[in-house]
Parts: sequence; structure tokens; C-alpha cells
Amino acid sequence: MTRKTIKVDLLARVEGEGALKIVVRDGKVKSAEFNIFEPPRFFEAFLRGRHFAETPDIVARICGICPIAYQMSAVHALENLLGVEVSGPLRDLRRLIYCGEWIESHVLHIYMLHAPDFLGYDGGVQMARDHGAAVTRGLQLKKVGNEILQLLGGREIHPVNVRVGGFHRAPRKRELRPLAEKLKWAREAAIETARWVSTFDFPERERDYIFVSLRPADEYPFNAGRIVSNRGLDISAADYDAHFEETHVSHSTALHSHLREDGGSYLTGPLARFNLNFDRLSPLAREVAREIGLAATCRNPYRSIMVRAIETIYACDEALRVIETYEEPDRPFAPVEPRAGVGYAATEAPRGLLYHRYGLDAQGTILDAQIVPPTSQNQACLEEDLLDFVGGFLHLPDDDLRRRCEQTVRNYDPCISCATHFLRLEMDRS
Amino acid sequence: MPASDSVMIIGVGNPERGDDRAGREVARRLKLSRFAKAQVLETEGEATTLLALMEKSAVVFLIDACVSGAPPGTIRRVDLTHSVLPEARYGVSSHGFGLAEAVSLASSLGTLPRRCVLYAIEGRNFDVGAPVSPTVSAAVDDVVSSLLEELDAHDQNRHQTCSSA
Repeated sequence: MTRKTIKVDLLARVEGEGALKIVVRDGKVKSAEFNIFEPPRFFEAFLRGRHFAETPDIVARICGICPIAYQMSAVHALENLLGVEVSGPLRDLRRLIYCGEWIESHVLHIYMLHAPDFLGYDGGVQMARDHGAAVTRGLQLKKVGNEILQLLGGREIHPVNVRVGGFHRAPRKRELRPLAEKLKWAREAAIETARWVSTFDFPERERDYIFVSLRPADEYPFNAGRIVSNRGLDISAADYDAHFEETHVSHSTALHSHLREDGGSYLTGPLARFNLNFDRLSPLAREVAREIGLAATCRNPYRSIMVRAIETIYACDEALRVIETYEEPDRPFAPVEPRAGVGYAATEAPRGLLYHRYGLDAQGTILDAQIVPPTSQNQACLEEDLLDFVGGFLHLPDDDLRRRCEQTVRNYDPCISCATHFLRLEMDRS
Repeated sequence: MPASDSVMIIGVGNPERGDDRAGREVARRLKLSRFAKAQVLETEGEATTLLALMEKSAVVFLIDACVSGAPPGTIRRVDLTHSVLPEARYGVSSHGFGLAEAVSLASSLGTLPRRCVLYAIEGRNFDVGAPVSPTVSAAVDDVVSSLLEELDAHDQNRHQTCSSA
């Protein structure tokens, strides 16, 4: 029996600390494990006993890359519970801040983490020596996303301006104006990015995924929409727990999420959003998608870098729409009063669907919190990709095979630090 | 282009991971002393953010924890404008993409500040939630003193250059 083990003890160029182990026997991939060994983060436990108004600032700390996604899911879940509807310019500002986060996160992943896989470099630094102009474009583009976060969030990392009901402070029209000029440049740079990544050499591997994402009535999803799939799922966030379940696996501190109905894995993130909402993209984003060879359905996860570039164009386009139509609101937030109950929300983090549930008492104290990050939801699907695809790469020399496995993980842009979860411990003291 | 005399001190590190906080402690102590000779910033060390910060000043001092095998609390001063980074692991940044990469990237792209100096403090304990070790804390004080002297010298040089011009 021939046995080969591909082991990557510390996976580079992913957010957080993880590893990879693949066992091959007699030319067949026997097992694939994406190991997450970061310590549990305890955020769900931290939140218990806190006042609901503290939630946005606490959950922003879960991730340095996508704090807005955590803040948005939290405020929407709490507003769902408190019966508050945020509309008009405040709703638009929430879309704008989400655009900033998508630009920042997608561009960082495209240029510094994923592109080196396709161009044959160990990392972004090595790539910059030969592709300086492209890397400079990427860094400038990311900076525009940072500036949106800085302006609306109060600071680039762990923003502090988001609150339940809206914002602590809404920007003046004149403050947004300089961003518009930068975003016009960014939109062109995003188009160039899409054209650049479309020239990469993509392995022809596809799977028949169950795609899951939000789908709003008339816009590309950020903060709102029904949770839908390409297999007929169509539910509100309040029904999430009835259709999805998380289980613990021994090799990871992140829980694995499955569909309750058949125990199957599913895919969230750019590919799922794109496939389920192609008709909701802006005309420009759709046009560039077609130009670079992306059809309305894409099942090749290696092409997710192209989809991220299309979503970056959309985010620039949408940010410009918000800025151009913005009218200053009378007040920066809608009033909120505590009441007992349970609230639910899902939003679209750059990496995929992010679900939050909160239980409050009548004084507004958090009794219970549940946070299901996209990387946990994608983890089972990621391991299935490895099982399915690695067999097709076994002819490669070991180093190339290892790189292909790492690239397969990076297709997901997994955010390991946010995926680490509180491990429930049951003790029998009888 | 940054003003030719603008000076920035950037303390790098994750404040939740023990000795990795060293760089940020230096920044905090400088801020507490109402230090006014330079802009003092703190960051977690993600490379592109660091790169964007470094572009804003002509003279940049970076302070970070490092792991090189030296005794904890050892201080290394590296003038990055004249030499390359020694082999060491700096900080506990996410992505494995932090200070060392930011400096290399700036070097590759030709955007390294006109003068760029790194103070690296050898750490020992990078556990989540751990305090800064006493030896590292003492080294933080030493780095603060060195920086103050270095900034004085920088000021004097600048005045001399100005008056002789």
C-alpha cells in the first residue's frame, strides 16, 4: 500500500492560525482535514449579562478584517427584537459602510493572499518585486475601502460609530464628497483588477454546490434579504436554526455547520451570492462579469477570485450611488427601547453568510447570544473540495501538490480567528 | 509626499497577546508623557495598514515585539534605511503578514520612508490574555528613553541643517 500524507503545519496567507492534513492511500484521497487550532474566543459568553447597546462595540472585536459584518448582523438582530426599522439615509449609510468593508477585505485577499497562488509566488511581497504596478493598484484600492470605514466608522480598525438604530453620528454631505472622486478611480481600478485576474490559469474543477446566501427583493445583498439556496430553500433569518445545525469535530475548534434536512454541506460567500443574485448586480458589474468570461452560474471555486473582483466593482458602484443620492438625516439613529424577546438577523460578510441571534430581558440585558460565522459554515464544504479535487492533482510533485491544496483552502478566504467558537462542555456531577 | 521633517512613531502589536503588546506599550507611554515631537500611533500590524501609515511620514520609528531566540527583553535597533531586517519573527500579526512583510513590500515598491528605524523587543510569552513580562516591560522603558534621545538628536540635526542652509 502506498501512503502519502500532505501536511501543512501552519497555513500561510489566511486570517488566523490553521493547518491542513490530507491522507492519500493507493492513489486515492482518504481524508482531508482543515484544522483550526486557535483558542476559543468566548464572544457568545462575553455578551451574556451585557446591555444590548454595548453589542456593536464588543462584536467588532471578533475580527480585524470584517468588523462591520459583525456590527451589522448584531444591530439588525437587535432591531428585529426591538421592533425598529432603519430606513432612508441611515439604511443607505449602512450599505455604504458595508461597501467599504467588502472593498477592503476582497482587495486584500485578491492581491496579497490569493493572486500569488496563481502567479507562482510564495506571497504578496515576492509578487510585488515583479508585479509592482498591480500591487500598488491593489494597495491604493484597498485604501479607498479603509477611508469609507474611517469616515463612517470613526476609525479603520474596530469602528466605534455604529449603534443599534443607526449611527452615533451621521456624516455631512460635504464630508462624503471627496470620497466620490476616490471611488470613481477605485471603480476603474476594480475593473482593471477583474481583467487582470481573469488572465490567470484556473484549474478546471467544479462541484455541484448547495449555494446559500441572502437574496433581497431588489438589491445585491449586504444587510437584508431572505436566506435562499439553489435547492429551493427560502426562509427568514428567524428560521435559520430550524434549517441549519452546528456540530463539533475533534480536529477543529470551529464548529461545522450542516443543513439539517440531509446533513449536507453548503457554500456561502462570493460564489454563492453571485450565483443566487447575478440579476441584482449593477449593470456595470454584470457587463464586466460577462466580458471576463463569468457566466451567471460559476461552480469553479478557483474562479472565486474573479467573483471577488466583480463584487469589488459592485461595491464601488453602490458606494457611489449612496454618496450621490445622500441626504443628511434629521437624526443619526432611530430611538430604541429595551424589551424582552429574541431577535434574529443574517448579513453578508465578505466571506459569506453571518447569522446572529440574541435573547434579551425586559431591561435590555443579553441573556443568550449565538453567532455563526461564515468560515464555520463553509468548513465542511471546504474539506469536501479537498477530498474531491486533490485526487486530480496527485500527479504533481509534492511541493506543487501542497501548494494546490493550500490554494484550495484560500479559495474560501477563510477567516479562522472568527470561526473559533466557544466549545460547550457538559459535565455529569451525579 | 510627506513633509520632509514629519516624524511618526508606530507601536505595533496585539494588545491581547502578552509580550506582543511591547510596541504598543512604548507608544502608550510616549502618549502619556504628552510627547509632542512626533505623531505616535498604534496598530495591530496588518501589513497593508502599516504600509499606508509609513507612507505618511518621512521619518518613521517602528516598535514591535520579536522572537529571535535572544533572552527576553533584548532590544535590537535596526536602521532599515541602510540594512535589511535580520531573520526573526516579528509580532503575532494575523495572516502571517505583518511588519516584516510591510517593510519588504515598501522596499520592493520604493515607498520606504526616507529614514526608517526599527526597535525590536524580544518577547517570551505571547499567550492570549497574558500580561507583558517584567523583563519586557523594563525593556519598554529603555526603548522609550532611547527614542526620546534619538528624537532630540534628530531635532538638533534638523535645526543645524536649517540654520546652515
